[in-house]
Amino acid sequence: MKKQVTLLKEYTKGLWEINPVFKQVLGMCPTLAVTVSAINGIAMALATTFVLVLSNLIISLIRKLIPPQVRIASYIVIIATFVTIADLVMKAQFPELSKALGPFIPLIVVNCLILGRAEAFASKNTPIRALMDSLGNGTGFLIVLFIIGGIREIIGSGTLLGFQIMPQVFEPWLIMILPAGAFLTLGLLMGLANFYVESKKSKERESIIQKYRSSKQVQLTEPGV
Amino acid sequence: MELFLLFISAAIINNFVLSMFLGICPFIGVSNKFSSALSMGMATTFVMVITSVVSWLIWFLVLVPNNLEFLQIPAFILVIASLVQFVEMFIKKVSQPIYRALGIFLPLITTNCAILGLALLISMKDYSFLEGIFFGLGAGAGFTLALIIMAGIREELELADVPKPFRGAPITLIVAGLLALAFMGFAGMIS
Repeated sequence: MKKQVTLLKEYTKGLWEINPVFKQVLGMCPTLAVTVSAINGIAMALATTFVLVLSNLIISLIRKLIPPQVRIASYIVIIATFVTIADLVMKAQFPELSKALGPFIPLIVVNCLILGRAEAFASKNTPIRALMDSLGNGTGFLIVLFIIGGIREIIGSGTLLGFQIMPQVFEPWLIMILPAGAFLTLGLLMGLANFYVESKKSKERESIIQKYRSSKQVQLTEPGV
Repeated sequence: MELFLLFISAAIINNFVLSMFLGICPFIGVSNKFSSALSMGMATTFVMVITSVVSWLIWFLVLVPNNLEFLQIPAFILVIASLVQFVEMFIKKVSQPIYRALGIFLPLITTNCAILGLALLISMKDYSFLEGIFFGLGAGAGFTLALIIMAGIREELELADVPKPFRGAPITLIVAGLLALAFMGFAGMIS
């Protein structure tokens, strides 16, 4: 029997532990493509979260009705429905954002993050857990997209969310808002994230070794006394 | 001539992977060996050309005349999924060696956003039937080109001394960034 984790844990694990971009390396296309500015990143992440949460909720609710042979096809139909809703709402309410994001709103349908969470989590867990899990993953996705979009916008055009941040004398690095900048930023950020995890792990390992050594010394010295 | 320019533009200038960020997942996942990169590229190109034909027919002959544009996403994704299945069965029947070479790559193509992206772009840009085919061909050629270059670099990278935290996905992304920089040199080739 798997150990039951608290609902809060289902939410927080998506933020870092299984962060969609850094840890699962899912949903790379939108991560790279739309993060020219922070606002685009936020809009994309919100649209993705909307689809992720609602489709996972529905999938979790009807998970016992779907025959396993056709489950992937049924998931895709459910996801496509919500993507269509998101796409039409964006087109009607935020035409400029919708134009800036181009084909990437309809492309949420093939974002592996959504199908991945549906297959790995929502199809095996209760609706409330699936809800927390998808909210957590959505938030994790939002954070990453905001960070990358923010970095690229600050360095590439000197603004954040449209406000001038860098001093006027700062010459924006055009490369950051071009495709190459997206690859470089994400690559470096991922490397940094790995570096952080790695150093934390080695510290833990060292402390365990230290503990083991000190306990061994005690054992070694004790019989001799 | 215009069709040729469209092909070149889709293949090199607006490369699907390096400047439009479509199909990043297979680009990172399958680019560690030259031979598998080539197979993946061929399979994707094949499906892309068929997809551009079928999605053009569905969009301009079925959905638009009947005012069913809102069904675009589910219709395209279902068509692509069944198309990939059909292509897989067809190749299995016709040529066993090709089937074995492409093997696991064929089902993966369904979730490749480059395919759905291609279908959506064709409908967005109102391409004619022939233009659609050449656009699909160019997109496939560009995808294959990027994948092959990347695989070549990564085979060399195996021998390089990469800092440990950067091994795997991060260094691949950075290399892709440099490749994208190189491909920027093609911008402006066709005005």
